[in-house]
Amino acid sequence: MKTKIIWAGIAIFSAIPLWAQQADSSPSSNGAPDVAAMQQQIRDLQDRLILLEGQVRMLKGAQQPAPPAAPAQGAVAPSATPAPEVPVAAVTATSDQNISLGGAGGSAAKALNPDISVIGDFIGAAGNGTVPPLAQQTPFSALQMHESEVGLQAIIDPYARGDFFISFGEEGVDLEEGYITFTALPKSFVVKVGKMRSAFGKVNTMHNHVLPWIDRPLATTNLVGGEDGIDDAGVSIQRIIPAPKGIFLEATGQAFRGDSGEGPQSVFKSWQRSNVSTVAHLRSYKDVNESTNVDIGLSYARGYNDFGPDFLTNLYGVDATLRWKPLRRSIYHSFIGRGELFWSQRQQLPVEQKAFGFYTSADYQLGRRWFLGGRFDRSGRSQFGNLTDQGGSAVLTYWPSEFSQVRGQYRYTNYAEGRSANELLLQLIFSLGAHGAHPF
Amino acid sequence: MKKKQSRRLFCMGSVCLLAFSLAVPAHAKKLNVVTATTDMAALAQEVGGDRISVESIAKGYQDPHFVEAKPSFLLKLRQADLLIVVGLQLEIGWLPPLITQSGNARIQVGANGYLDASQFAEILDIPTGTVTRAMGDVHPLGNPHYWLDPDNGRRIAKGIAGKLGDLDPTDASYFQERYQDFDKRLSAAEQKWDAEMKPFHGRKVVTYHNSFPNFAKHFGLNVIGYVEPRPGIPPTPSHTIELIGFMKRENCKVILVEPYFDLKTPNSIARETGGKVVQYLPSVGGEKDVTDYFKLFDYDIGLLTQAFPATQ
Repeated sequence: MKTKIIWAGIAIFSAIPLWAQQADSSPSSNGAPDVAAMQQQIRDLQDRLILLEGQVRMLKGAQQPAPPAAPAQGAVAPSATPAPEVPVAAVTATSDQNISLGGAGGSAAKALNPDISVIGDFIGAAGNGTVPPLAQQTPFSALQMHESEVGLQAIIDPYARGDFFISFGEEGVDLEEGYITFTALPKSFVVKVGKMRSAFGKVNTMHNHVLPWIDRPLATTNLVGGEDGIDDAGVSIQRIIPAPKGIFLEATGQAFRGDSGEGPQSVFKSWQRSNVSTVAHLRSYKDVNESTNVDIGLSYARGYNDFGPDFLTNLYGVDATLRWKPLRRSIYHSFIGRGELFWSQRQQLPVEQKAFGFYTSADYQLGRRWFLGGRFDRSGRSQFGNLTDQGGSAVLTYWPSEFSQVRGQYRYTNYAEGRSANELLLQLIFSLGAHGAHPF
Repeated sequence: MKKKQSRRLFCMGSVCLLAFSLAVPAHAKKLNVVTATTDMAALAQEVGGDRISVESIAKGYQDPHFVEAKPSFLLKLRQADLLIVVGLQLEIGWLPPLITQSGNARIQVGANGYLDASQFAEILDIPTGTVTRAMGDVHPLGNPHYWLDPDNGRRIAKGIAGKLGDLDPTDASYFQERYQDFDKRLSAAEQKWDAEMKPFHGRKVVTYHNSFPNFAKHFGLNVIGYVEPRPGIPPTPSHTIELIGFMKRENCKVILVEPYFDLKTPNSIARETGGKVVQYLPSVGGEKDVTDYFKLFDYDIGLLTQAFPATQ
């Protein structure tokens, strides 16, 4: 296919001087109308050339391995024709780029590689951050390379795409997410299979680097598995449900092995094969006007907990988000207000523990590079429902560019034991390569 | 009273019925086209006429790099028969997750209902050599703001007409006729625009973002600098001072700014250089009365032909 196009290109290139010669001789014999006709022909040729260039670009984009001879052909073509300057320059440029993209001697094998990205997350902490023995928070150390997230993303075939996010901590490696998404199923179903962050609420679905804070809310830590959250291997099915009045309604059902959260933050534990956990989520969204929208979700999760194989945990969640972003000034100002409520029912001995927790937060974009935010936290503990921790944070974020971010957060926590902590957290996030966009 | 009400009800009912009976067969045939930007929508409308319904995701006054992937767009995408994108990674920050989540097999990348319009157009600024982010938010495949050249508009329209014909073969000749007609009207308009811009051939301008190269090339303008120090990087004082000096030396007095950028820096540059800030429109729908592809050029050329003599 591609060779054909290139031959066609060469044919056109070599034809141009012929036309040019004719154009030279024509004014003397036939006069002006012929010149116009010639000009028209040249324009037509230019159009065809541009179309061919486009097709070559598309072929490259379609990730089809190009024949090894391709760059050489591209290089020959310009020398054959000095006539149309710009398109030729463009052709050479494309072939040069091909060489740099497919560095393996023009084999273009690398064109099939997935999009690769690395996101570094460096955190520093100061102040008094001692956590009481029964509390579930993990304190930040003074300086740490908290996470290095490697993303590998590509379209697998016409029916599916694949996404991998591998998270390197300072000590270990964890597959944060790795799943295939079937995008071409009948009846508009979207199915994911693999390990993924479950659709329980909002914060649980977010990677660290897209959070509006350095840490995660107390309620997430105490009730929904902390930093890792409900993140497990399983299957997810989602579908948009038709709804009136421009309301977006989407239902998600997920089934997982049943292991989520570690240590004191453990939510679900699978003791045997039948201990699968399930998550259900209903999301409704509506545009109030072009700059404001409301997003409300209901979540439910059920699984066995680490107390024993017969002990269940039920989780209920409600989330609400209000977003404002004026379209004309979308890169300068925006506001996001968000709140999530969680109820946890954990069967354990001697008595079942019921705990409630929530957070509310607001973030305002002051200018193109500056964001100011705050968060209020209050949450019981999953194993001690009557012990309630409270806290608050103020956050200031600066964006040198789209690809890096500096953030400071003052965090106050008042633990149920009566102890309180005042901390200053600092974070630097930087992004390499082509990290795919995250869902809204 | 009751009688009046029942009569009114009857009237309303019959009107509804009539509207319904007229609307249904026509609607059932229409191809549902969704485009990433308003310009693609305008071109699709030119060739699709009343046989398609077309809607754009981004608004004309919005920065097409930073559109939010709102779920309400999914409602449009899941019904779409054809998705037309600008391509060259312009929409990389927001469109891919929408396509994935749409659950619509017809418009997935590579499927028959996915059309990348950049394949039809002449693309400028294709980087040679190594591309790094030290250059800012560069587009490694070339400049995606290619629709501001009427010749590219013609080529894109032709491509869209072909694609519409593929998807709806019974109307293929209709789309071709519409394209021929568009081509004629565009050529006539182009003559007028070329004549209007001819006196300003070779004039130097500065633009905020590098979204003007195709327009500049077509109408013979010379873009000598940008308010942004690098693509996607907000203006810095040192770059602004440098730019002011350069503009003074080059005697360049027109600063073109897209409607979604802040005017503070451009205004201060204009004050220092004695120049003029022109808020041009890169896209159809940037202003209320700029409703189609022709009016977009009418509007921008109108601004330029006023600004150039005023800054002589």
